[in-house]
Amino acid sequence: MARKATATSAKTQANAPQLTNEQELDAFREMLLIRRFEEKAGQMYGMGLIGGFCHLYIGQEAVVTGITMASEKGKDAQITGYRDHGHMLVMGLDPKGVMAELTGRQGGLSKGKGGSMHMFSNEHRFYGGNGIVGAQVSLGTGLAFASKYKGDGSVSLAYFGDGAANQGQVYESFNMAKLWKLPVVFVIENNKYAMGTSIERAAATTDFSMRGASFDIPGEQVDGMDVRMVYDAAKRAIEHARSGNGPYILEMLTYRYRGHSMSDPAKYRSKDEVTKYRQERDPIEQVRARLLEAGVVTEDDLKKIETDIRAIVTEAADFATNDPEPDASELWTDITIEA
Amino acid sequence: MPQILMPALSPTMEEGKLAKWLVKVGDTVKSGDVLAEIETDKATMEVESVDEGVVREILVAEGTEGVKVNTPIALVLAEGESAGAAPAAAPAAAEEPAPSMVQAEAPAAAPSAAVPAAPKFEAQADPDLPEGVEMVELTVRQALNEAMAEEMRANPDIFIMGEEVAEYQGAYKVTQGLLQEFGPQRVVDTPITEHGFAGLAVGAAFAGLRPIVEFMTWNFAMQAIDQIINSAAKQLYMSGGQVTAPMVFRGPNGVASRVAAQHSQDYSAWYSHVPGLTVIAPYSAADAKGLLKAAIRSPNPVVFLENEILYGSTGLVPKVDDYVLPIGKARIARKGADVTIVSFSMGMRYATQATEKLVAAGVDVELIDLRTLRPMDSDTVIESVKKTGRLVTVEEGWPQGGIGAELSARVSEQAFDYLDAPVLRVTGKDVPMPYAANLEKLAQPNVDEVIAAVNAVTYRS
Repeated sequence: MARKATATSAKTQANAPQLTNEQELDAFREMLLIRRFEEKAGQMYGMGLIGGFCHLYIGQEAVVTGITMASEKGKDAQITGYRDHGHMLVMGLDPKGVMAELTGRQGGLSKGKGGSMHMFSNEHRFYGGNGIVGAQVSLGTGLAFASKYKGDGSVSLAYFGDGAANQGQVYESFNMAKLWKLPVVFVIENNKYAMGTSIERAAATTDFSMRGASFDIPGEQVDGMDVRMVYDAAKRAIEHARSGNGPYILEMLTYRYRGHSMSDPAKYRSKDEVTKYRQERDPIEQVRARLLEAGVVTEDDLKKIETDIRAIVTEAADFATNDPEPDASELWTDITIEA
Repeated sequence: MPQILMPALSPTMEEGKLAKWLVKVGDTVKSGDVLAEIETDKATMEVESVDEGVVREILVAEGTEGVKVNTPIALVLAEGESAGAAPAAAPAAAEEPAPSMVQAEAPAAAPSAAVPAAPKFEAQADPDLPEGVEMVELTVRQALNEAMAEEMRANPDIFIMGEEVAEYQGAYKVTQGLLQEFGPQRVVDTPITEHGFAGLAVGAAFAGLRPIVEFMTWNFAMQAIDQIINSAAKQLYMSGGQVTAPMVFRGPNGVASRVAAQHSQDYSAWYSHVPGLTVIAPYSAADAKGLLKAAIRSPNPVVFLENEILYGSTGLVPKVDDYVLPIGKARIARKGADVTIVSFSMGMRYATQATEKLVAAGVDVELIDLRTLRPMDSDTVIESVKKTGRLVTVEEGWPQGGIGAELSARVSEQAFDYLDAPVLRVTGKDVPMPYAANLEKLAQPNVDEVIAAVNAVTYRS
């Protein structure tokens, strides 16, 4: 029987799962790094330093931060779509390499040949950075297949949006994942809009946590703006997958403040809606308030963190601005490997 | 003092209207605050602050049209910065690169350099066989089966997945016995979901496994072509050489018998178009074995195009411990001096039969089996045409953009002065495959068409 786990959605601020002070501080740093990095990327795009598509993660920071905190770094694999900068920063990839890839420079993570949507790291087990909506769900299921085949105990975390959740190959993957009990957590980042089309206008049913019901895959709806809720649910989901019970679905209810990409006319939603999220639900402000209220840090401590993060972002931006473009000879490399 | 610049909404935007200011001089702003709205004919966008501080000066009034991208539109005084402070004195963390500097330093602004030459592919020759080696008669089906079994014995990371590959023993029996030898973990029956399982296999390859994906026929791989091209073929390049997809996609390709348009088609040209893929289409049993073993060992994604009609045909395969052939090397099936015929896979059957008749009639044909379509062994073809001055190509696929069209272009570019006649293509007819027996026969290339083309280029007709 298909299950909808309700434990987390029933939680309120009053009985929310608790993080340690250290975890709260880590989450604050990671989320702030994503926020400042993405703001800078947006500015550099506006200056013409970044081309093509550029999908910013601002507003959704708690999702990847909470999940990564609940995973085993360097062991568990992660894969996502094209809104991927935040994932890389939290997984520990070099911000300079990410920003230089955005500007198409030789020091970029893909030597400037991939761009915003195509960055990878075998070392950190980050498999992209995928530009085709939904493709990462089959690929991520394959990462879990490899984990089970090798018996290495790793879990695959496959992120996709509410838009991708309507793609056919997602359900082909759900079927195989459950059939073969593959260790994969499907993370649906429901930010309410697939480009400019609201979930109500694109999806026949909008409770995406139930999309695995036909395959008997358990799912939860999670407050994706609260890093505590994300972490708590991710712990449960990852444990479920790692202990041989097969896939798990986490629907993260989240929100992106910026447009779909940089060239978004923003005509499809009201300004009030965006403002309300920013003022009342912001993932970073929630942690900041808790840290101050609990007396863990002072305003000055937080300012110091802010200054440190600005320095990291400025360093990345400077590197990405001044690093040369790839050598012309790179045009012909990395097409195939010489056997 | 950080300048707020007129941003671009898209890489093609050059100017826009500063529609509205949402802050005024003296306001305190922080990261993420909306400062202004700008408009183009396509869209409206909010300009957010990346800095914290006090708005010192508005440089472009609201309502101004035609504001060029990267024009400073306001000055923000960072916290702790005095109004008179020079930009150099501003804290490093808050400093912005001046737009003029950025433009001057951006290599993109430099005139584009000459395109470097593409590296030239050098094929290796087939390995020498030991003297007196025993030759065993095998069907193409058995040869393919042996290739997979031998490679799977040697490397535990190799597995095969596809529809009916395990318990059913293969829809065309190519995987017969593999389940019994290697078990269900390595011989995996899939649901009929090509898109999903092809993507799953690519993901498994990223994570270090060596998948063999069997498509029941290549017609069904159309469901999966996005994963083959966008995920597997391009992965190495777009990851700057970091992530690879060492794997084989294989199954029967080409014209089948009486199954009509959706199940009877040649995809050779389609996949041979794609950089990042290796494409192999063998004809003989020996090549089927030696090249499939090479494909499975290749560090690159390989499209291996078999042929249903050829599965049962037999040929002599050398009985050696490890028969592996070089990828990318054509085989000269018959040496000759009068005309060059180039083909591959099922086309070789028509070409071989035509060659026998032509030789009997006194035409000294040189017959080349491409075997690999990407990388294509141009050298062997060009050298032959320089000798014969004439080229006829034979394939089952459609004419437009086909393998013959590609060969014709290469010969035209590299051996034009040696040609004594136009290059002629013998191809499948430019129609979807019909069902009726007579029409189906007409739609395919045939021996007489090959002979007619050779007669035409040798001016014998």
